[in-house]
Amino acid sequence: MSNEIRVPTLGESITEATIAQWYKKPGDAVAMDEPLCELETDKVTIEVPAQSAGVLSEVLAEEGATVEVGALLGSIAEGEGAPAPASAPEAAAPAQEKAPEKEPEKVEEKTPETPEAKAADADLSPAVRRMVEEHKLDAGAIDGTGKGGRVTKADVVQAMESGTAQLGSVLANNSAPGVREERVKMTRLRKTIAARLKESQNTAAQLTTFNEVDMGALMQLRRDYKDLFEQKYGVRLGFMGFFARACVTALHEIPAVNAEIAEDEIIYKNYVNMGVAVGTEKGLVVPVLRDVQNMGLAQIEQTIGDMGRKARDGKLAIEDLQGGTFTISNGGVYGSLMSTPILNMPQSGILGMHKIQDRPVVVNGEVAVRPMMYLALSYDHRIVDGKEAVTFLVRVKECLEAPERLLLDI
Amino acid sequence: MSQMSQNSNDNFDLVVIGAGPGGYVCAIRAAQLGLKVACIDKRGAPGGTCLNVGCIPSKALLHASEVLEETKHAEAMGISVGTVKVDLKKMMAYKQDGIDGNTQGVTFLLKKNKVEEIIGEARIEAAGQVAVALPDGSTRPLTAKNIVIATGSEVTPLPGIEIDEDRIVSSTGALELPDVPKHLLIVGAGIIGLELGSVWRRLGAEVTVVEFLDRITPGVDAELAKQFQRVLQKQGIKFKLGTKVTGAVAQKTQVKVSVAPASGAGDEETLTADRVLVAIGRRPYTAGLGLEALGVKQDQAGRVETDAHFKSSVDGIYAIGDAIAGPMLAHKAEDEGVALAEHLAGKPAHVNYDVIPGVIYTAPEVAWVGKSEEELKEAGTAYVVGKFPFMANGRAKVNGTTDGFVKILADAKTDRVLGVHILGAQAGDMIAEAAVAMEFSASAEDIARTCHAHPTLTEAVKEAALAVDNRALHI
Repeated sequence: MSNEIRVPTLGESITEATIAQWYKKPGDAVAMDEPLCELETDKVTIEVPAQSAGVLSEVLAEEGATVEVGALLGSIAEGEGAPAPASAPEAAAPAQEKAPEKEPEKVEEKTPETPEAKAADADLSPAVRRMVEEHKLDAGAIDGTGKGGRVTKADVVQAMESGTAQLGSVLANNSAPGVREERVKMTRLRKTIAARLKESQNTAAQLTTFNEVDMGALMQLRRDYKDLFEQKYGVRLGFMGFFARACVTALHEIPAVNAEIAEDEIIYKNYVNMGVAVGTEKGLVVPVLRDVQNMGLAQIEQTIGDMGRKARDGKLAIEDLQGGTFTISNGGVYGSLMSTPILNMPQSGILGMHKIQDRPVVVNGEVAVRPMMYLALSYDHRIVDGKEAVTFLVRVKECLEAPERLLLDI
Repeated sequence: MSQMSQNSNDNFDLVVIGAGPGGYVCAIRAAQLGLKVACIDKRGAPGGTCLNVGCIPSKALLHASEVLEETKHAEAMGISVGTVKVDLKKMMAYKQDGIDGNTQGVTFLLKKNKVEEIIGEARIEAAGQVAVALPDGSTRPLTAKNIVIATGSEVTPLPGIEIDEDRIVSSTGALELPDVPKHLLIVGAGIIGLELGSVWRRLGAEVTVVEFLDRITPGVDAELAKQFQRVLQKQGIKFKLGTKVTGAVAQKTQVKVSVAPASGAGDEETLTADRVLVAIGRRPYTAGLGLEALGVKQDQAGRVETDAHFKSSVDGIYAIGDAIAGPMLAHKAEDEGVALAEHLAGKPAHVNYDVIPGVIYTAPEVAWVGKSEEELKEAGTAYVVGKFPFMANGRAKVNGTTDGFVKILADAKTDRVLGVHILGAQAGDMIAEAAVAMEFSASAEDIARTCHAHPTLTEAVKEAALAVDNRALHI
């Protein structure tokens, strides 16, 4: 008796996915609900759990294959099989929260460094390697007459004699002779992100307005209450809760920033679904906190924490990413001082938070060192006019500089 | 009168005549590449000379007699074996088991690859037509797009000496003597003669080798041959070099052999032996194929003349192995078989004749690949020698196999390895490293800088490579 493994429904309008990774191979034991493979779609990566226990008897679609919703991926047979290493499901996309941002392509692109150097080095025979190092030659410039074009010792001797063996530069000493480029195929997610970003830029009339916030009061508030907060709610008191609540206040007053253009109508929303941008190894994802206007600080912090974890573990569901009305992006964790975020279509506004940095500013006529943070609001000028955008940002600034205003709702 | 067959069962892409190493390998490779192949042999079992009356049986007897020899050194290791007896009949049965296991294996491989094995004597009627005389007396006509002659070689007879396979034997008879001769006289100090001489010497015979030339194993590096001879002499084999055999008369229980100096200067001598082994060489065997009538050209030595792709002078007829020029070695035939099959299947194929190892399976073994010093001198190539004796190798010392050495010849300018020569235990296996290195145009330094396991005999190869650069560590 065998149970079929099929591609599950992936969400509205998603008809196909790419198989990113199989966690199990034929013959492995499978427990009920154990993740079998990882599917990548335009929006998100999801796992396919086993519908029954047994042994993975066949795999019909390989990693990298595109499969449709409902397609047969393989089957599970009854019985015992080889237990698989427990680490497999956790292998998907872990990333440090505070890690410096690395675009996936950059991680693969290598500077002239040991791994690449070792690889090219390994193609040289021992004698050739010795001569190249001893005489500081550029092996790439020597004609190889050996099998498959390999450079032989004879070639090196010949090249040195005829003077064609160039002395490598000081840089080349440590660099790999040869490999200067590497082609890496774009992942589905990366391609989608790229397309969305361009679509956004091509559709909305985007520009960015800036302001700055003195984070002193907020930081003091945090210092005063973080332990109590953590004790009560079991979650750290961060800044995101405040940013979110400040935005809710401002959005309430400037509804255009929370609106959406639908053909020739503007849809004003009476709720705020706030997207919080999270960077993962595979790219940027923006999970959405639904009805943030009804959430308290603790709930916001908790939900953001959960979403972040799910994002990094590749466990976000399609619903988690849909329905946002406004987005916050925090580039500050990576060290960004100022930026111009790109709108997350079809939203009309996106707030960029940045690094909090001590700066000399004028307070009451005197120069003081204050922890300052730049705020950036990119907005769709088609429905948000300048005054609205600036006012929005000023309101956010006011609420952050004097958090008690959130309490007093002024 | 040839019969054209319309029967699809008799129509093949390739018909291989001869199921020796060249033939059966060619057949299998061709089948792997999708051709419909038939392989014909008249012997009754596949494997040719090699499996039936050559490589395999001789290696079996060499191994058995080596084991016997080892018992003589067991005492020194603290092992008492008492009186060791030899049951020759049983040893021959053991040899036959080895043969059968191998020939059955080939039959299995042919079947597995869907090659039709046909027992019978083949005759090439015309290009594309082969008639097989079957054991039941009937004739089966086959048609083929291409035909391969892989009929191998036969013993070269000594003019004036009649081989009766009783008192005067060829290698075939020498593999099956009913008793251990008191005195075995071997005509020809080539590889076959020395291997079989070693076998019977170890089994208890007195062995004398009579050789026309001034040296043993012609073609082998002279220094290697000289040292090899010394070792054999130490083992008790007697040599009469520069001597020719002028006649041999077989009597009921012995043979009278008359010999004289090859130079002509000197008197004739008569030697007496229980058995005489004629081992002066082998020559191509193509009898009964009808080659002359077909116009297939053969040279003075009877070898089928072929071009770079093994094609004979007649289109559609090819030849490989001992039947054509080149060293008469099973692995050479195999490589040619593969190259021909690939060529016929439309793929590029190549045999590198510069890197074909040669091995003598005595104890110690002798092995070589590439050029000898004589060949390099003759070509005027400047070379450097790196030598290392097994006496200085740790493993050889504990194993008691300190005879011999490794010699590497490298180009004086580029250090490229031109030849490797080994006398010592396991030489036949160790030469494989040298062959791979040479295939990749390696330099002696490349071998010297490759990690060799300790303690193994192969370290001697590494040290010889170091010696090329005068920096051996262990001597």
